[in-house]
Amino acid sequence: METLSLHYDVSGDDFTNAGEASGKIKRTLKGLGYNVTAVRRLAIAVYEAEINMVIHADGGVIDALVTPESVTVTLADKGPGIPDVELAMTEGYSTAPDDVRMLGFGAGMGLPNIKKYADEMNLETEVGVGTTITIKVYNK
Amino acid sequence: MKVSEIVKILDGEVICGEEFLDREVLKACGSDMMSDVLAFVKEQAVLLTGLVNPQVVRTAEMMDMQCIVFVRGKMPDKEMIELAEDRDIVLIATKLEMFASCGRLYMNGLRGGSEN
Repeated sequence: METLSLHYDVSGDDFTNAGEASGKIKRTLKGLGYNVTAVRRLAIAVYEAEINMVIHADGGVIDALVTPESVTVTLADKGPGIPDVELAMTEGYSTAPDDVRMLGFGAGMGLPNIKKYADEMNLETEVGVGTTITIKVYNK
Repeated sequence: MKVSEIVKILDGEVICGEEFLDREVLKACGSDMMSDVLAFVKEQAVLLTGLVNPQVVRTAEMMDMQCIVFVRGKMPDKEMIELAEDRDIVLIATKLEMFASCGRLYMNGLRGGSEN
């Protein structure tokens, strides 16, 4: 298996399509014969991050780098940034609006879930500039 | 338990995925909060929910779930059905409430994700 690069633009005005990129990455990895559990962990972490991107940051870009050993997905947005990362990482803490809760999200589990399922996670954020999350999962 | 038994036990209606009714499922979870569903990844194969939007199907997709049961008479729209068909996920609708749906399935041997 060669190294594979994937790129997706995520629209911020369409909650319906949120998760489209995560699903494509998942199906690509499955097709490559990646470890089933690793694919699921990665898919859930990226899906949470993609939902966040749509809810909070008006969309952004997703890049995935797939090697035989691991997959690294970077989600970058130009949203409002996260003022207090520690607080945002707390289970149950959410700033999602009510309409998002009506859709089944905004329980304050997004970032904690990403951390839980990723083998490595990096979060860079600056208020007024944007947020970049990197999620790495090993193929095992 | 086979997916076809779920349909029978819940007096349900198969909306799509009739070709997958022979699938064997052991565990389920019931929730209207997709965030919570995603937070507890086990080997659940069935999602019971009263929530109707495409993210329900996507949540099931990410978690490798085989079957979604819409409770309280909720019906998925065309877009959701197409998405589920594309992802090979069975959609079932029942008029029963969440509690009764979960209760009936539990009595018949289906278990929660954290149970043995």
